[in-house]
This record gives sequence, C-alpha cells and structure tokens, in this order.
Amino acid sequence: MMPAQLRSKLWRAQIWAVLRLEWKKSFLPRRGLWIYILAIAPVVIFAAGSAFNASKNLPVDAGENARMFAGIFQFFFLRFAVFFGCAGIFMNLFRGEMLDKSLHYYFLAPVRREVLLAGKYLAGLLASSLIFCASVTLQIIVLNARLNSVALQEYLFHGRGLAAFAAYLGVTFMACLGYGGVFLAIGVVFRNGLIPAALVLAWETINSVLPPVLQRVSVIYYLKSLCPLQASAITLQHHSLLTLFSLNVPMASGPVAFVALAALTGVLLGFAGWRLREMEIDYGIE
Amino acid sequence: MNPAGSNTTEPSASIVFNDVSKYYGEVLGVSHVHLSIPPGVTSLVGPNGSGKTTLMNLLTGLIRPTRGTVSVIGLSPSRPEEFFREVGYCTQFDSFPRGLTGYQFLAAYLAVAGFSPAEVNQLAGEALERAGLLDAANRKIAGYSKGMRQRIKLAQAMAHNPRVLVLDEPLNGLDPLARAETLTLFRTFAQQGRFLMISTQVLHEVDLVADHVILLSQGTVVAEGKIHEVRSEIRDQPLQILIHCDRPRALASRLFDSGDAVEARLHPDGGSVLVKTRDADRFYLQLNRIALDGIEIESVAPADDDVISVYDYLINSEDSSS
Repeated sequence: MMPAQLRSKLWRAQIWAVLRLEWKKSFLPRRGLWIYILAIAPVVIFAAGSAFNASKNLPVDAGENARMFAGIFQFFFLRFAVFFGCAGIFMNLFRGEMLDKSLHYYFLAPVRREVLLAGKYLAGLLASSLIFCASVTLQIIVLNARLNSVALQEYLFHGRGLAAFAAYLGVTFMACLGYGGVFLAIGVVFRNGLIPAALVLAWETINSVLPPVLQRVSVIYYLKSLCPLQASAITLQHHSLLTLFSLNVPMASGPVAFVALAALTGVLLGFAGWRLREMEIDYGIE
Repeated sequence: MNPAGSNTTEPSASIVFNDVSKYYGEVLGVSHVHLSIPPGVTSLVGPNGSGKTTLMNLLTGLIRPTRGTVSVIGLSPSRPEEFFREVGYCTQFDSFPRGLTGYQFLAAYLAVAGFSPAEVNQLAGEALERAGLLDAANRKIAGYSKGMRQRIKLAQAMAHNPRVLVLDEPLNGLDPLARAETLTLFRTFAQQGRFLMISTQVLHEVDLVADHVILLSQGTVVAEGKIHEVRSEIRDQPLQILIHCDRPRALASRLFDSGDAVEARLHPDGGSVLVKTRDADRFYLQLNRIALDGIEIESVAPADDDVISVYDYLINSEDSSS
C-alpha cells in the first residue's frame, strides 16, 4: 500500500497530466464554434447598442450601463451562454471520447477513475472559465467604451465599477464550476445527455417562479445571489417577459451561495466518480 | 482438453477466470469461462464472434462480467491504479486521441500513469525504438499508415514494461517483415517469464509462438492447454504422423499389417509415409521394432499437432455439424 503522502503526490501528477492532455480539446472542442458564438453574442449586442447610441449622440451613463449589463448577464449570459457552453464542453469530456473511440486509453492507464474525472473536470473548468471570463471582460470594455477617461476612472476606482467587474468574473467562474459539475455528471450517467440537459434548462428557467425551498435546489439561484446587482431589483417591471423570471425571493448571502455551489458541485462530481468506476467501454452501441 | 479450472497454478502467478459469463442484454458474450493461464504465450483462437475480444475486454476491465470474477497475477481490474502497472492491452480499436504525434501519444499516457518527465522520455524513446518508429516519432499519428498505427498501439501497450500483455489481433496490417519482427518481440517477452495473450486469426503464426492455446466457439471455451495436449485429447480424430524413411512402401505395409495404423499413405514426395493412428504410444513402440528390423527412419513428426488442425477438428467440424 502506497503511503498517503506519495499517493497524493501521484494523484496530483496524474491530474496535471490529464489536464495537459485535455485542456486543448476542451478549449477548442470539435464542432465547438457555437460555444464561442454564444460567448461573443453579448459583446456584439453591447457593441451594436453602443454604436446606435453614438450615432444618435445619446448620453452615456455608467450607472445605466451597469444596470443594462446586470440584466443581460443574468437573463442571457448565465442562463443561456454559460449554460449551453458548459453543456458543450463538460458533457463531451467523456461522451466525446466515447464517440471518438479513444476513451479506452485512459481506462487502460494505471489511474483511478476519480483522478481521471478530476483532471478532465479541471480542464473543462479552465477552458470554460477562460472563454466566458474573457467574454465578460470584453462586454464591460465595449459597454463602457464611450465613457470619457474621467468618468471611467470615477466609475472604476471611486464607484463600484472595479469591484463589480471582479464580482462578475467570480460569478462567471462559479457558473462554470456549477454547471460544469451538472453537465459532467450528465455526460457520465447518460448516453444521450440532450434530454437531461433540456430538463435542467427547464428547471433553471422556471426556477424563479418555484417556491423558495425549490429555488434553492438549483445553480442559478446561487449565481443570482452572488451577482453585485439584482436584475429583479432593476427596472424590469415594464418588461413583461423578463418579470416572468424575476419573482422576489430572498437571496442567499455571498458565503452561503459560494459554499452551496461548491457543495452541489462536490456532490455531483462524487456521484459522477462513482458511476465512472462502473463505466464500460462499448463503442459498438454509441 | 483440460477440464475447466483443472490447472493448479497459484492465482497470484496466473490469469484466472472464475466462472465468468458476460451477456449484452440477452445476447451471449461468453459463458461459464473457467481458465487458469500460466506465463508464456497464450493464443486465443476462434472464429469471428466467438468471444475472443469479449474475453480480453473482461480480462482488462473494459467491460464487467455479468457473473464470475477475473484476477490477473492476483490483481483485480476493478482497481486500475494497481492493475495497469502490470498489465498492458493493445485493443483492436484503430482510433487515437486527436492531434498527437507518435511521441506525444506515448508520452501523454506515460505521464498519466504517473511517471516522472525523465522516465516518460526514456520509456517513450525505448518504446518507439522497439516499434521501429523513431523516425516517425514527431509526425502526427493521423498521417501514419495502418501498419504504423498498429505498431504505435503495440508500443503504447508495452511502453511501461508490463508483466502481462494482452494483444487483440496484433499482427493486423503489418507487412511480412514487421510480422516476423513482432513475433520475435513476443517470443523475447514471453521468455522473460511474462504473460502474453494474443488473439489472432492467422493460425500458422500462432503456431510459431504460442505455448498455450484457448479455443473459443460461440462464447464458450472448447479446449485449452498446450497445443499437443489438446490435440492428443481429440480422440475421434486419428493422430497423423509423417515418417521420412528409406523404404516408405515397406514401412506402410508393415504398419498397416501391425494393426496400429488405421491408414497409411505414401506421401507425394515419394520418401515418406503419412500414417493415421488412434493410439500414439503403441504406434511408436511398433515403429521402434520396425526400425530395429532394418528400415532406416530419418524423421518422425506429428502432421496435425498444430493449431490449424486442432481448430479444424474442434471448430470447423462443430460449425459444419450445427
């Protein structure tokens, strides 16, 4: 039996090796152009809006920009772009290799399946976080591009701009963490993950109109709790479609939301690891 | 034929299948397999769909038995972290991770196994050299020929110097020179006291290297053991012996008269006799007496003591009767 210290060192080395082998595949997934389109879509929306405002010589206001960003971030970016992006990246970590008929090389290596899962999950997390955090950064740059340098400095360093930017990056990372766990588990458990993914989407979409107890059994509830501005508190009452998703329910505190998302991800990865130990290689029926 | 589980080799020194069955839904993969396989080269022989690949996948844990257990030198495939330090498996799948060169392919999975960068470099280099792919090491595998892909798969399965090597159709796609080199490699591997299990349809190549043979048909083990032991147990087929001598006609006549031969035919080469007998021991005694009487015997060799004949008797005859 290997001593615990050596075992832990071996596992770290193996996770690192899997991560190095996987991250490029996750970053540039086969047939994965749509993930980048999803990530870039809000940037294009903000750029178009900014160009329209500039052509009409409409005034720029950092506060209004922040509110607009919060709405797009919660109702489009988290619920659709990050959601589907993570589905595309994480569900394919194992299922994609099954389709490529190359998963057996991992299963024939002297590596615990849970260690393999950890390496692949981290590769997916690295890729998805980079893609979507880069998108958030670009969105904020484009949105505030028309602010003059004084207003920009005021907003960033004396207002809440920089803190909000950091918070949105953090929420995006936590979204990749949470949805990554959900879709990795779906990819391991189900041969065809589309129906389970659609059910998760439906659950996350109707989440806001569910009783408070059920709202807490979701990823989006905790992500919304972590957002620096609550979209439901913004002027959405005039937007009938958006109000459908924004019933006022007390949000979780930041630490509680963080711990809950981490715990949910841990449980999902534990379950996926357990199922992975039983997984067989049977390319014939894929 | 060895009855199921008759071999008394210690489990920690052999590959053991203990009443293993595998069903794919209602479709039978293999049924009630009892085997205890000693070190050396063991050939899995059987027609397409007989269960060879299923047995190999069960051995390496790529699939789980519906019932029964598998143990390889005392290790269970359900603990891959220990199991695959000692076991290498070259599958039939002709697929590779995308975008890797030959060297990267070997190095990546050696790193996943936990070897240090220096060990990875050394083992990958040795494996490439063994496979004769040093020149192609930095080329993408996607651009390799079929034979090169087969060799890089073999190199990958052997790169970590396993004690047990399982190879599913390892000679597929290799040219005659590469086949000969690979067979020599197998022999060397087995001579080091290690286990080599091969499935192949090229029976005469099995004959060149295999110490043991396992014959499979329709998911069941039809026979297993050393090839001549298996042959001697097939009692409904007389043993064929080819004898070179100075007076083949006289020898044929004497053997037939003695009653120990059920058939004696002059061989087309004109200098030998092909004899069929049901009792090899009595036949050889009689042959000694004949030799003492003045017929000069140059050589005596079994003519159907090989995998091809055994396969023919046990599997083709079964197929034709069913």
